[in-house]
Amino acid sequence: MTKMSSDARVRIGLEIHCQLTALRSKLFCRCSADYRGKEPNTNVCPVCLGMPGTLPLLNRRAVEYAIMLALALNCKISKRITFYRKNYFYPDLPKNFQITQYNAYEHASVGVDGSLVLDDLNGSSKTIRIRRLQLEEDPGRLAYEGSIDTANYALVDYNRAGVALVEIVTEPDFDEPSEVRLFLNRLASILEHLGICNPALEGAVRCDANISIGEHARVEVKNINSFKDVERAVAFEITRQRSLASRGIEIRGETRHWDDARRITVQARMKEEEEDYRYFPEPDIPSIVVKEEDVEALRARMPELPYARVERFVKVYSLSSDTARILVNEKHLADLFEASTKYYDNARSIANWIVTDLKGYLERYASYDRNSKGDDGSSNSIFAKVTPRHIAELAMLVDSGKINRVTARQILQNVVASGMLPSAIVQGMDADMLSKKDELESIVNRVIEEERKAFMDALSNEKALNYLLGKVMRYSNGRADPKLALSMLKEKVADKSKGGK
Amino acid sequence: MVGTSRFALNAYELVNEIKNGSISVEDYIASMFERIRKMDERINAYITLNEHALEEARIVDKALKGYTEWKGYSNGNGNGNSSILLGVPLAVKDNISTQGIRTTCASKMLEDYVPVYDATVVKRLKDAGAIVIGKTNMDEFGMGSTTEFSAFGVTHNPWAYERVAGGSSGGSAAALASCMAGIALGSDTGGSVRCPASFCSIYGLKPTYGLLSRYGLISYANSLECIGLMARSVLDLALMLKVTAGSDMQNDHTSIDADTSLSLDPESISPDIKGMRFATIREVVESEGIDEPVRDSMLDAISSVEQLGAIVEEVSIPSLRYALASYYTIAMAEASSNLARYDGIRYGYTEEPDGVAWNEFYSTIRGNFGSEVKRRIMLGTYVLSSGYYGRYYMKAQKARALIRDDMLKVLKDYDAIMMPTMPILPPRIGERVSDPLRLYNIDVCTVLANLAGVPALSIPYSMYNGLPIGVQFMARHLDEPLLLRIAYALESARCDKVRRCII
Ligand SMILES: [Zn+2]
Repeated sequence: MTKMSSDARVRIGLEIHCQLTALRSKLFCRCSADYRGKEPNTNVCPVCLGMPGTLPLLNRRAVEYAIMLALALNCKISKRITFYRKNYFYPDLPKNFQITQYNAYEHASVGVDGSLVLDDLNGSSKTIRIRRLQLEEDPGRLAYEGSIDTANYALVDYNRAGVALVEIVTEPDFDEPSEVRLFLNRLASILEHLGICNPALEGAVRCDANISIGEHARVEVKNINSFKDVERAVAFEITRQRSLASRGIEIRGETRHWDDARRITVQARMKEEEEDYRYFPEPDIPSIVVKEEDVEALRARMPELPYARVERFVKVYSLSSDTARILVNEKHLADLFEASTKYYDNARSIANWIVTDLKGYLERYASYDRNSKGDDGSSNSIFAKVTPRHIAELAMLVDSGKINRVTARQILQNVVASGMLPSAIVQGMDADMLSKKDELESIVNRVIEEERKAFMDALSNEKALNYLLGKVMRYSNGRADPKLALSMLKEKVADKSKGGK
Repeated sequence: MVGTSRFALNAYELVNEIKNGSISVEDYIASMFERIRKMDERINAYITLNEHALEEARIVDKALKGYTEWKGYSNGNGNGNSSILLGVPLAVKDNISTQGIRTTCASKMLEDYVPVYDATVVKRLKDAGAIVIGKTNMDEFGMGSTTEFSAFGVTHNPWAYERVAGGSSGGSAAALASCMAGIALGSDTGGSVRCPASFCSIYGLKPTYGLLSRYGLISYANSLECIGLMARSVLDLALMLKVTAGSDMQNDHTSIDADTSLSLDPESISPDIKGMRFATIREVVESEGIDEPVRDSMLDAISSVEQLGAIVEEVSIPSLRYALASYYTIAMAEASSNLARYDGIRYGYTEEPDGVAWNEFYSTIRGNFGSEVKRRIMLGTYVLSSGYYGRYYMKAQKARALIRDDMLKVLKDYDAIMMPTMPILPPRIGERVSDPLRLYNIDVCTVLANLAGVPALSIPYSMYNGLPIGVQFMARHLDEPLLLRIAYALESARCDKVRRCII
């Protein structure tokens, strides 16, 4: 038995499945690619049900999308793209084989040997190698009455069966769970920018991870449902394996499932023997010969990708690369930013407004929504109301000193609720900032009178000063310029202490 | 037209009678059913009859009343396929999907399966006016050469009831030979159309791979199989081909976008084969597995075509000795995967699943395949297993490529390759089934065309003691018109020597 030091190298690899949600139809038939929210087994046809005699009809656009993604991930595009059958029995698989790709006998998958650079890794950068990128069909889904343990049978819904999936397999190049999260965020941004997959849709991007430490066996973790959980699952697994290793217990090469309720990985049911998928080329789909010029034509048609966009934001709008990355990481924020600059040319101000205030607001709102209704891309509803003009006006109003940031945030809430333009809201609530000293003076004086004790404390205690400021803000209905009010309060305190001596 | 002889009419003759009003389609179909009821008890060609056939016949009759003038086959030019098989009773092999008519593949697994769609080829024939009369018996899922491996009993050879009709499209061939259908569809994976055609003395065409869409043909071995056409005359075959050929890119990636102007119009088929060059294959001619009467018939066929002005020479294709091994390895591998979907969950034979583990459920359900199907699934599973893939499947594919290249090389120098369809006379029922290898061996002449993807036609040539013997021609890809010409030449020259049905 080999004892190992707990600092032995951790290797993490990912297997990511992305549905091509931008497609209209499934990968091999004309059924809608949008299966979500439909009655079970209504989004099906003879082909995706694997009825006898049906043949797969390859969705050409799916191949184009997969090639585009492969290009975005710096993959080599295979000269001949070939589909293979992966044979295994499972009720969610209508044909009891999955049409996928396989590289053991040839370079058959859409792309191979790619890479993605993580350049925002606390100042340093790192390259994650992509082993392959392939196109395949999604299986159906199993459902149970009650729970899997108590149900007497499983129910199958084939609505999802045949939806186009791209599988991305990385080399085990990650050392840290945080790198995994960064990678997934970056990938999500690429998917959004290519416009081929909406990662916010439930189940649109799914991730398995394999983790090993030192020379120990590799453990695969499946069933991880969100990006956040991938990081958690990987972290848990590293701790678990380190703990086993430090006690000299063998780490078994096995498949484990992520239990997101308990936030642990649990051993999946052991298979009696190693699965043999009996891969062979799909005889119903002739190989696609990919010509250089076709690839170049696709490359030329590809939209701007995140790296290029970050660079452009830095160059054209003079943003910091951090700010630019935060924007580009979520395409809708970057789009909102660029559109807003058309209404107001202070790009940095708009960027800051989006990155700090709007994003903060969105995160609170979206996470609330995700917990209550499931993640259906809930920020969409906000973006229906908050347009580039709204953002531009808010930034402009703050910059011109007409309102302060606190008021601006309140106005944002109002915008989300009403869709009204900020300038109109400001007029309506008469929210022009109380910026003139004499207007503030009376409020400040009133607070000092009412809060005599706090005022006396403020002579020696900074916290008391903040308390007084809060009072001023409240009496002004949030319209006071906090900076101005604070300086006035400080003046009063200074006067008092001078006068007192 | 009275009596039974009208059932022996060729399709093109029947269409004429129908269009000129001598025959009502409804009467014809009704009396055809009568005939089937009487005769099929002994032959067992049909598994299921189309209970809507009379209804469909009435629709055709109604449409006919709107007809003014029948202008002959030239009407079939261009887009005018719409009535060229009007009222012709069509027998469809039971592995070809027919909407609303159960399609069993002669298997217990699909005994109650009713497709919700028509195969493309069936649809095109129906559009041309053909009336599906029933679904014909076959070896289960097409796996066999005698139609003995059927869950619905053996099909008997109409020429000799104690003998097999051939297979796997035995029901279609027997139905034609006994005038229980006008035209028929089969499927040909390794000879399944040509073998029964030869044993039953009719024409059986395996088209170029992809010329006819496979959409709706229930898969046995995708890369080898085609829907095949069966008829009692060359002109009927030409009409069927004209109606069914052509790309089906909407459903089938393996269908060929062939020039649909393939000159298939019956009037354009000339019986002239003067100067054509045919190759016979030494390895086949000298093979010990060929029965004497078959060899004699072949020699006679050679002299016949020579008399018609063709040149026949012998060539050697040494790679042919790998043909059967290559064919069976590929076919079984593909079959093991294709037949995985029969698990009793979505359609077909099923049992109560409550409280049964999946694997147990699968085993129980799939235990209902016949023994030959089980054998091929197991062998196919074996040759695809990791570690064996290179040794078997990949090697078989390499052999296939070699054979195809060698055959195409011969077809560069010669217009067609000529050989017996079957090396033996129709065997007695039960004679071959007990020994799988002996059974597989009789496909030696037919699998070649499937491995190479080229068209092949079995032509009824002679009789030996009342047993039919066919001769087979293979041509270049998409050279079906040439095969039809050869057949037409032989048909014209030997009309008094060959019977193509018994009444
Ligand atoms: Zn579908």
